[in-house]
Amino acid sequence: MNKKESLNSILAVVLGLIAGAILMFAIGSNAVEGYSYLFRGALINVKRGGDTLATATPLILTGLSVGFAFKTGLFNIGTPGQMLFGGFCATVIGLTYGATMPRVLLLLVMIIVGGLAGAIWAFVPGLLKAKFNVNEVVSAIMMNWVCYWIVYYAIPGYFKGSSETESKSIPAEASLKTKWLTDLFSGSYINLGILIAVIAVIVIAFILNKTVLGYELKAVGFNKSAAEYAGMSVNRNIVISMMIAGCLSGLAGVAQYIGNASNMQIGIMPSQGFDGIAVSLLGANNPVGILISALFFGVLYSGKGFMNANTNIPPEIADTIIATIIYFAAISAAVPMIVNAIKHKKAIANAKKLQNDGSIVQQDLANDESKVSNTEKANDITDIDDKEEK
Amino acid sequence: MWEIVKQIFPYAVAYTIPLLMTALGALYCERSGVINIGLDGFMIVGSFAGALTISKLQESMGSGNTLAIWIGLLVAMIVGMLFSLLHAFASINLNADQTISGTAINMMAGALTVFLARTITGSGRIRITNGFYPMDVPVLSQIPILGDLLFKKTYITTWVSLGILLLSAFLIYKTRFGLRLRSCGEHPQASDAAGINVYRMRYIGVLLSGGLSSFAGAIILVTFSGEFNGSVAGLGFLALAALIFGQWKPLGILAATAFFGFATTIANVSQVIPALGSIPLVVLKVFPYVATLLALVFFSKSSRAPKAEGEPFDSGKR
Repeated sequence: MNKKESLNSILAVVLGLIAGAILMFAIGSNAVEGYSYLFRGALINVKRGGDTLATATPLILTGLSVGFAFKTGLFNIGTPGQMLFGGFCATVIGLTYGATMPRVLLLLVMIIVGGLAGAIWAFVPGLLKAKFNVNEVVSAIMMNWVCYWIVYYAIPGYFKGSSETESKSIPAEASLKTKWLTDLFSGSYINLGILIAVIAVIVIAFILNKTVLGYELKAVGFNKSAAEYAGMSVNRNIVISMMIAGCLSGLAGVAQYIGNASNMQIGIMPSQGFDGIAVSLLGANNPVGILISALFFGVLYSGKGFMNANTNIPPEIADTIIATIIYFAAISAAVPMIVNAIKHKKAIANAKKLQNDGSIVQQDLANDESKVSNTEKANDITDIDDKEEK
Repeated sequence: MWEIVKQIFPYAVAYTIPLLMTALGALYCERSGVINIGLDGFMIVGSFAGALTISKLQESMGSGNTLAIWIGLLVAMIVGMLFSLLHAFASINLNADQTISGTAINMMAGALTVFLARTITGSGRIRITNGFYPMDVPVLSQIPILGDLLFKKTYITTWVSLGILLLSAFLIYKTRFGLRLRSCGEHPQASDAAGINVYRMRYIGVLLSGGLSSFAGAIILVTFSGEFNGSVAGLGFLALAALIFGQWKPLGILAATAFFGFATTIANVSQVIPALGSIPLVVLKVFPYVATLLALVFFSKSSRAPKAEGEPFDSGKR
């Protein structure tokens, strides 16, 4: 993430927060008070800090997922479906083998299965894009809904919990929550998911910056034709990129459904999936940037309940702020353009000013000059003709 | 069997119409060269604006007043157009990434409308007392088979929407405006050279899209849902798929949205139909989406996407 990109992101955040403040004022609330409750709610003590980290965990992973696909020029809007499927498969393993496997092995299997499930779910749009040039946005959205309905019917059918709309809770051994981590954050619901997320950030940064695969993926993203000309298989890279992105989303599902939560609700498309787009965009598709922006969004989401409890500001303000930030981040590409336009206008204004100061003199001069230049041009042309003859 | 077909037909049509209007709006938008992924958001905005207007008007004008509903639809359309200015400004003037701008629209619409609803009414949901009621078209519903299917239990908005579709087909293919709009989506530099204001054409495209999507959102409200709740269950994305499925053509999207409408309705009512009762519900629910995927693969070779779609207009580019 270079300096310009970070400046853009910071600018977008500031503008988003200002827009949020305006909204708070508009409904007659005190924006300073609102924000102070929002940030205090997220960070006031160790427990709340842990909750914020846990809230940010799936966002880090979905952000990485979207950002990774972006690097190859793909827009992975299928993160909700991949996340849901990854979480679903991990939950199924947890519910089925929860009591029979040693804990470490069980968790490893759940994490791997979750990641693989996400990768499989993303494989379909990737393959369709590579083989048939089907728009990955539309196919990924279709995959989202397919997964939504599968989970919708599979959970009440096979893993029904206390009510029709949720699954059984996974046993404590199958949860990513561990005692030492919970104790460390004095009873927060933070869990091993955060470790998965941090490892993922490092691995993805490594793949992108230090491996041939990462180089190829980025090359395809920059210029498909050039990459193909250089002997890279564009289609293969598209599929691989989507699968790695899907794997990350699947892990987000693992972190969400067997870490932060202990069961799955039906009829809900995980909002963290779409938020991943926002996270990635704000982090300029850079792993470290994504980590930072996910933590920031984690603060907004985790503090909004506290804010809502202490003021009369609806909790949706957090989502509105995030959406505004994304909008500003999307148009931040235009910032240099606007700066240039302003400079250009200033230059014109200056020129006009100069002109007005000596307008009478200049008019005469201009008349003279035009005559001069005409004769000069004529001379030039004859010169050229002369040269050619010589 | 005939009885069942007769029963589900009106529901399927009612479900198809909002999809159709949204996809039609997107058609204007994409034909002018701007990708609009924010359809879902515009529908939500329309549903919100319509619900708020209608519920307030019905309080003062009496709950049975249909004029209130028409005003609500109109307000929804105007608010949608205003909201779409955000997308237009970002993607036409500022050369922003159109997909991301659209995503921001989606997120903003979902959050902002619920935020406003909570602030204004105290609840994240707005119910309207009365919507339109299905009715039979006077003479035409007496036609033997067609009358039963097409002219019984129809909503007035259905006919308005079909009118808009026909008008659009005429506008896009038979008028100077339509030709210019399409040219901006294919080769904006050539249009510019021919003296067409590409920026204006694209603004018109995006605004029409915002207006029609919001109209569609309000139609959902006044026909089968009766409530605003901050979501349209991904119908906007489905409309986007229908646009591609329908190959960016008015009659194509009519067929595509009708396909979605019927497939979804069949899945919704399958439990009361003995012939379909044996198929697991999940298969029926997933069918429209899988079928779309297959259709996209099938049509991929002959895809007629507007060539300049998604590219910011740069008059200096060759």
